[in-house]
Amino acid sequence: MQFRSRLESLMRNLLRKHEVDADLEEELESYATMLADERVAGGICRPEARRSTLAELGGIEHIKQSVRDGRTGITFELLWQDVRLALRQLRKSPGFTITAVFTLTLAIGANAVVFGVLNALILRPLNVPQAESLFVVQHGSDVASHSYPDYLDLRQRNRSFDDLAVFAISQSGLDTGKDPSNVWQYETSGNYFDTLRIQPYLGRFFHDSDVHGPNSAPYVVLSYAYWHSHFQDDRTVVGRVVRLNRHPFTILGVAPPGFQGTILFFVSDIFVPVVNHEQLFGDKMILNARGIRWMFEMVGRLKPGVTPAQATADLNSVDSYLKKSYPKEESNDPYTLARPGLHGDYLNGPTRTFLTGLMLLSGLILLAACANLGSLFAARAADRSREVALRLALGSSRNRILRQLFTESVLLSLAGGVAGLVASILLLRRLSVWQPFPRFPLHVPVSPDANVYLVALVLALVSGALFGIVPVRQILRANPYEIVKAGSTGAFGRRITARDVLLVVQIAICAVLVTSSMVAVRGLMRSMHSNFGFEPRNAMLVDTDLTTAGYSGEKVPAMQRRMIDAIQAIPGVDSVGSVNYPPLEPPGTWQGLVYTDTTEDLSPSNAAGRLSCLAR
Amino acid sequence: MSSSQTNLLQGTLDLLILKSLKTGELHGLGVSRRIEQITRGAFQVKPGSLFPALHRLEEAGWLTSFWGESENNRRARFYRLTKGGERHLGHEAEEWQKIAAAMSHALKAT
Repeated sequence: MQFRSRLESLMRNLLRKHEVDADLEEELESYATMLADERVAGGICRPEARRSTLAELGGIEHIKQSVRDGRTGITFELLWQDVRLALRQLRKSPGFTITAVFTLTLAIGANAVVFGVLNALILRPLNVPQAESLFVVQHGSDVASHSYPDYLDLRQRNRSFDDLAVFAISQSGLDTGKDPSNVWQYETSGNYFDTLRIQPYLGRFFHDSDVHGPNSAPYVVLSYAYWHSHFQDDRTVVGRVVRLNRHPFTILGVAPPGFQGTILFFVSDIFVPVVNHEQLFGDKMILNARGIRWMFEMVGRLKPGVTPAQATADLNSVDSYLKKSYPKEESNDPYTLARPGLHGDYLNGPTRTFLTGLMLLSGLILLAACANLGSLFAARAADRSREVALRLALGSSRNRILRQLFTESVLLSLAGGVAGLVASILLLRRLSVWQPFPRFPLHVPVSPDANVYLVALVLALVSGALFGIVPVRQILRANPYEIVKAGSTGAFGRRITARDVLLVVQIAICAVLVTSSMVAVRGLMRSMHSNFGFEPRNAMLVDTDLTTAGYSGEKVPAMQRRMIDAIQAIPGVDSVGSVNYPPLEPPGTWQGLVYTDTTEDLSPSNAAGRLSCLAR
Repeated sequence: MSSSQTNLLQGTLDLLILKSLKTGELHGLGVSRRIEQITRGAFQVKPGSLFPALHRLEEAGWLTSFWGESENNRRARFYRLTKGGERHLGHEAEEWQKIAAAMSHALKAT
């Protein structure tokens, strides 16, 4: 009852303000008239009665103000008054306003962008159910790759994981009958989707029950993006047979939108069971080779109640058994667990460090902006000392004046925050669709979410409070009498000191920022012009893959010869050659070990180094 | 005037206004005259405190107001006790009785 009445009053006071005020005016007027009536009845003439009545009321305006002050929603109204006044003040000095908003846009925008990336890559869990129990199994401190037999043993012998899945990354030629094209694929263990606990968007996934030994599961699952772009959202694809590297594979289903495997940077087109590797690439060895760590990543889901430390110990006890059984192939590195998403600690560490550094720098930018705006605000408050003094002299409370100044600073910072957020959203969207290396399906999935909006808002409010607080002491210490007496030259005392400190802070921060960005830019320039030992200018790369076109054995060199001859015949071509992996390009997942001539025991721990091997 | 005293007086004023409206609707001047009458002239309510109190009580839902005609055919804003206001008055009056009894007991004690 009381609440409803309050709410009704609030609505009336806010929405029908003029009506409410007119009513009050009339009520007080009628009160005065009736009081005068009484006096007239007592024998006093009307003008005199009216005059004495009004004198007794002590100012109708004063009464009106006390009634208004007690109204529900008075806070809103005061706030609204402050906001209107602040807007008027800011409009009067457009130069100041634009400078302040622009500074804040840059500062808050930079922070929002960096936080957006940090949020998407580090803070946000992987887009799968119960991501917190999912871990990447590493062999060594930052090596997430494993051999297939090792995986099978770990999976069978561990007691800590609900499920342990593995995948390799490779390329195939996918032929739907019309347009054979290169696709990037995850070759996964049969339980991959079940380990991640995701559901298909269309059709079904393959499971462990579909896999019965080598080449037993010629199935393919499409990623949502690939289905969308290459099959035009055709819902009848389920059950259709396509050719992968010339071999028939049945499309089982489509993965849900937004699912892009367990590596954030890498977008896979299709998923196929790893047991069919021999069929796809003609390699009989590799699935049984314990020494070749070509499985790109192993992910496991911990059993409820098992801690990562317990699981690590469990894996290492399996490992000690494996080391005893296969001393030549097993390395001495212990097993460790890492968060999924950034290929274990391999990318997680560097990304985290890099982004933390960036966040720190952008925080400094915001701090510099606040220092700058703080001194601007202090100067502005000093310029407005006479206005403030006049308001104090007319009976305005210091609280009210401070609140008004704060309203101004918060309005500015909110405007800057919104502009910065909009800019950062545009930038993050661009970054999300950006593919830094056209040959690889790498991207930076950093679409902004509510967290980013929230952080931008909080940053805006905090910075508004930060630079709004600078002139507070000036106002509190202001003596209206002195200022009005001093005339237009009058200013608050001690203002120089505060602003000097701010200036020093600002210069210091800016020096740090300029130096660090110069160092970064110079490092980048140097790496672009460094001496590679060969001349990369005018060299063109053509990506070919004969395996995906069904060439094998003797036919490969002949076809390569023909291609080289054909390209050589193009006018302007100076020389042509072919190479498995061009220099500077990241090596594939197939790695070989290099030993010195004197090494007898060819176990991985004795290797002198690793190199990408010419496995095709 | 300290704030505790203000609160006490405000509470007293609210109670007196509600009480004055118990017998029927009144306009602002009527309320202040009636309070004068029932307190035998001990309280003279000034408009500066009367009107804020009336509006506050109305917003709390204890009074309703409407435009009407005074005994001298003047247009005036009348106030009337709501059901909730009546309940509130009963409750407040009881509280006040208790306090008054306790106070007078306390002051009589030796």
